[in-house]
This record gives sequence, structure tokens and C-alpha cells, in this order.
Amino acid sequence: MSDLCCPPQLISCPDAKNRVAPGDPPESRRDLPTSIVGEVMSPIGPVPRVSNQLSQYDRLGMWKVRWGIGRMGYTVAPGLYALGQPDEGSEVLVTANYKMTFDLLRRCLTNVDVWILVLDTRGVNVWCAAGKGTFGTDELARCVEAAGVNAVVRHRRLIVPQLGAPGIAAHEVRKRTGFSVLYGPVEMRDIPAYLEKGRQATPAMRRKDFPVTERAVLVPMELVPALKWVVMSSGAMALLAGILGRGPFVANALLHGSRAFLFMALGTFAGAVATPILLPWVPGRSFALKGAITGLTVALILFGGGFLRGLDGLAWLLLITAASSFLAMNFTGSSTFTSLSGVKREMKIAVPAQAVLSLAAIGLWMYALLIPGGVS
Amino acid sequence: MKYLANVTTLRLFKDLCTGCGTCAVVCPHGVLAIESRLARVVDRDACMECGACSRNCPEEAITVQVGVGCAQAVINSALGRSGEACCGLEDYASPATDCGTSGSEGACGEASRQRSRSGCC
Repeated sequence: MSDLCCPPQLISCPDAKNRVAPGDPPESRRDLPTSIVGEVMSPIGPVPRVSNQLSQYDRLGMWKVRWGIGRMGYTVAPGLYALGQPDEGSEVLVTANYKMTFDLLRRCLTNVDVWILVLDTRGVNVWCAAGKGTFGTDELARCVEAAGVNAVVRHRRLIVPQLGAPGIAAHEVRKRTGFSVLYGPVEMRDIPAYLEKGRQATPAMRRKDFPVTERAVLVPMELVPALKWVVMSSGAMALLAGILGRGPFVANALLHGSRAFLFMALGTFAGAVATPILLPWVPGRSFALKGAITGLTVALILFGGGFLRGLDGLAWLLLITAASSFLAMNFTGSSTFTSLSGVKREMKIAVPAQAVLSLAAIGLWMYALLIPGGVS
Repeated sequence: MKYLANVTTLRLFKDLCTGCGTCAVVCPHGVLAIESRLARVVDRDACMECGACSRNCPEEAITVQVGVGCAQAVINSALGRSGEACCGLEDYASPATDCGTSGSEGACGEASRQRSRSGCC
């Protein structure tokens, strides 16, 4: 890798955590070898110029973080960048230093010449960082000053993503920096159109929806932690079945362990894959209820197919329903329209219900193991 | 897609509103609109309590208990977990006073950074 090559000096925010300076360890400038393609002269010196093309490395990195691999610390150095050939009249786009955010933004910006001001959000995307306050008024004001934006451009406008608004008080930024904050569109893909229309967003550009493609890319992040639980708990159930079951330990452990793995994987599929994908079409507004409905449907299909029967089957029906409900409830954090008040309200009912169902299911499952003919 | 009805903590104080329209611009769900030169709540149940409107209201005419609708964060807070795989509610409670924000190293600077680094959302 050309990781150890001398990077162009970045104009970065001085006390930013990910400040890039010659001699810094290579991981702090992991973005440099692939995205920087030169520099653009500005009144305050050369500014690194980034490409709007994604490299194989960028695409692989994006795929990895979607699966939760190396997701923490997937950052670019905060500071000012150039895209295309911006000059003193070009717009300044503000973004977060999550590398995926930065890469997706670059990719959207075809045929435009802009400055990109990257705030230090510690590798978190704009919307979440705005909620946490790291994509905030203070950080923006600090970065504008530290990067010398007022010397780089003649105008006094900053284009901030609309979803950054929970962290940014536009009127305060203006007071503190002299720059007016203009809220750009919700989606990056609308930025070229927004710029072309003289910085005007259509009402549709101001709405955050949650289309199936977006729900689908979030599924792996739900799946990975859930599958860990499936493996652990089916292991525990195999052990329990070996001890409790009538007959030889190994045969029971293998049979019930593999059944547990299969059924819990199906419950996980119902709650963490099917419910998110089918979100608008599953009845109910509460995510826990949606998940319960999907889980129950899967369990009833298993009953219909003869895979579940009797007491043991009933135990699995309850457990699949509870697991699916829980996992779907956790998808509230990935969704774009749930409120904390709403989540708290649904949890007040859902969590006790899930606990009761699970305990009943495990009790029933153990009882079925103990009695003759309990497992058919 | 609509979430639960009648839960939002959003409040608009009309007498303070000057009709600048910023709230209607920043709301990602069309909850607020400008009608007869004043802000009005037109789709209350679509509110997700992100706080963009109240933060950007120069007259402080809007209040809302800001939070992220994330069940995992609620669970983490209830269990007293933080800085692990996922975030807790305290990360979101009050962005304005988040000590990790300002770049200054307050008493909880490091802890706060650890938490924000986890970035589950």
C-alpha cells in the first residue's frame, strides 16, 4: 500500500481528534491513498483535492462496515477538501467524518466544483452525530475558523445537510461565524439538482422516507448480533436437552440443538429480515407488534408444514413470536421515523410480553422434553 | 409509514412565532408548515422528536423532548450499559450540553468520546 507515502498537508481543524500531520500513524490517514488526487490552490495554501470516483478499497470498506466489520473508527481526517476545481465563489458543503458518508457524498457530486468541510463527528454519520451533538454548532463554528473558510471563499454561505439540523442552530452559527447556514436536501443525490436550482430544495427533497432499498442495507447490522445469540442459545438448549431429554445425551443434544438453531434462525429471519423488508405492509404501528405478527406467521407456516407439533411445537411458536417481536422492536433504532416517546410507550407493553412469552416457551419446552411423548 | 399516534412531546408556542419558516424547512417529516405567516403543526403524529425545529427556532417558540427512537438505546440505559456495542440515551439527552461536543476536554470528555465512538445508529 502507498499508506506510508507523504500525503499532501491537510488544512485540518487544530484540535480535532483525527488531525492529519506528517508523522502521524498511517491509520489516521487511511483515507488519503485512495481519495486524494491532487490539490487546489486557495488563498490560504493548497487544499487537498478528492476524486468523485470510489476505488475498490472504498467499495470494499463500505461493504465491510455494512456488515459491522471495522465500523468504529472508519473515518476520514476532518478539515477542508476540494472536489472538482472550486474557487472563491464555490459553495461549501458541510459533512461528517464517517468515511462512508464522505465517500457517498463524493460519489454524488458529479460535474460540480465545491469545497467540502468535514467536521469531526468521530466517525458517525451526519444524522446520528447531529442527535449526539457532535455534528453541532460548536464543531461547525470551530471548523469554519480552523480551516480558514472565510479566506477561501468570498461569499458567506455554508450548505449543511438538512439532517444535520438537530445539532446545528443556524442563527447561532451566523452570529458566531458570519456565515449563513443554508439547509441542503435530505438526500445527497439531490445536491446537484439543489445547486443547479440556485440552492432551492423541492418539498420532496425535504422529506426523509425509508424505502425498501434503505431498509435492506440495514438488515446485515441487525442480523450479525442476532445470529451470535442464536448460536449461543441453541448451544445452551442442546446441552439442556441432552441432560433433560429421555434417552442418550448425545442424540438428544444433537436433535434438539439443531432444531433450536433452525427455529431460532427462522425467528431471527422473521424479526430482523422479513419485518424490516416488509415494514409498511405488516399490520400495526408498533414495531414489536409487527415483529410478533411476522414471527407468528412463520411459526404457523411451520405448524402447517408439519415441522412443529404438540407441546414442543407450541413452545417454539411462542419463542419464535417473542424473538421476532424483540428483534423487530430493535429495528426502531435503524428506522427514520420513530420517536423516543413512541419507543418507550411500545416497550412498556412489549418487553414484559416478550419476557412472559419466552419464559412460558422455555418452561413448556423443558416440560415437553421430560414427559413421555412430549416431543412428537 | 406512520409511527404511534399521540405520543410526541412537541409543543409550539404560537405567540412567540415570527414566521421565519426555518422549522418547516428543517423538519424531515413535514410536521410543521407556515400558514398565514405563522408556523403550525400540520402532522403531529409524524414527529420523531429529532429536535431540528426547536434547535433552529431563533425565538425558542418550539419545545420538544429530544431523543432517538431506538429500543436498543433504551435497553442499554436501563441496564446501565454504555460505551459498548451500542449507544445509550444519555448520548442524546441534550446535544447542547454534551461535553464531548465543544472540543474542550471536560471531566467526562474521554468517556463521552468513547460513547460517541460506538455509533450504533
